Amino acid sequence: MDSIRIEGLSKQYRDVLAVDNLSLTIKEGELFSLLGLNGAGKTTTIKMLSCLSTPSGGDAYLLGKSILRDSAYVKSFIAVSPQESAVAPGLSVHENLELMCGIHGFTKEKRCAKINELTALLNLGGVIKRKAGKLSGGWQRRLSIAMALISEPKILFLDEPTLGLDVIARSELWEIIRALKGNITIILTTHYMEEAEALSDRIAIMKDGRLLTCDTPDAIKESTGENSIENAFIKIVKGAII
Amino acid sequence: MRMITFAKRNFKEIVRDPLNLAFLFGFPVVLLLLLSAIQANIPISMFELDHLTPGIMVFGLTFMTLFSATLISKDRHSSFMHRLYTTPMTSADFILGYTLPLIPIAILEGVACYIFAAILGLEWNINILISVLFIIPIALLYIGIGLLCGSILNDKQVGGICGALLTNVSAWLSGIWFDLDLIGGVFKNVAYALPFVHAVEMERAIVSGNFENVWIHLLWVLGYATVLIAVAIFLFLKQMKRQ
Repeated sequence: MDSIRIEGLSKQYRDVLAVDNLSLTIKEGELFSLLGLNGAGKTTTIKMLSCLSTPSGGDAYLLGKSILRDSAYVKSFIAVSPQESAVAPGLSVHENLELMCGIHGFTKEKRCAKINELTALLNLGGVIKRKAGKLSGGWQRRLSIAMALISEPKILFLDEPTLGLDVIARSELWEIIRALKGNITIILTTHYMEEAEALSDRIAIMKDGRLLTCDTPDAIKESTGENSIENAFIKIVKGAII
Repeated sequence: MRMITFAKRNFKEIVRDPLNLAFLFGFPVVLLLLLSAIQANIPISMFELDHLTPGIMVFGLTFMTLFSATLISKDRHSSFMHRLYTTPMTSADFILGYTLPLIPIAILEGVACYIFAAILGLEWNINILISVLFIIPIALLYIGIGLLCGSILNDKQVGGICGALLTNVSAWLSGIWFDLDLIGGVFKNVAYALPFVHAVEMERAIVSGNFENVWIHLLWVLGYATVLIAVAIFLFLKQMKRQ
């Protein structure tokens, strides 16, 4: 079943066409990566799909619900972990998780169970009482993902989740993302090609708001005759194969 | 539920900043102490405790604007707000969540001022309790300005406008530090066209038991508070949609 169906989605900012007539479908439980250079339209696409930004044209259906007409309902089953760590800096890790539980209207029992579950999943036990604003970038990202998972989303948007992290923190986050794979649909944007290759079921490459290609990592490599997604990406974006 | 959760978060963010606490409780206390010391050496009716304390208390409330505007402005420019915008939180949850936690903080500030004034010799009576209750409309006035500034300014601009400009305008045009009749003319007319002097005179009237003078000042304060909050809500929703 399709989790996301995008039909001719566009976004115009004054004289800039950030997303140009984007159409694609993403299956349930799929980990789908959006790749592109800066300004390719990845974050704008995520903003539109997560109802943060209204499209200038087209529509998208998340689990069959329109982002234009049913945005309030769509918000009830999606979650976003934005590019920067989106945490309340003055609150502890536990309080940040509690905040998200409260916003989603959980009972006290469910709140405790959910916080314990996510603390274990993201290994936050050691920092649970520390202020979020005092944590390192890697721990803030973990917390940010935990906060996104609180609502038990069916669709999770991860906007450059490992940006600026060291090798160890990145590899640990990969493990967490792998653990989520299959249970929920994940849309990932990243600048790291090896990350997309290691994690994704399918990859879409965008340039100047347009979709250049969308396929499995192996199929993209095969079609370009390259042995890595990075080389395939460079070839596609430079216009050798479109 | 969502609004209360968000309000609790905002309360914690404000009271956990030691600088906020210093401004809110330390600054009025220091002013009371200094001006009482001046009064002890050179008696001036302006600085008698029953006249001075309501003024200092209202002046302390100007920091409500700084707190609310800074918090909103920082949130607005952070990914944290983007996360919240993708949750089922409504615009009412946001606006009430920013407004309500500041009211108990304002009341605490008033109580702290009166307790310290009592230590310095202010005579306690029931009017002081009434005066503390009337902090609420004044707090709404300053929170409204904060909501408005936080919705349109970045946190650096908030620091300049709410931290420096507003505190000065509020201080000069409120009749706390000097009698406005001493200057008179346009200065006095401008002061009485703004809500700050009315807030101070309302509190002074309550403390001295002149309740017949309270209502006209209350109308000025509530009028300004209503208009400012309405404009602030409009601007907040506008920026929310834009984001």
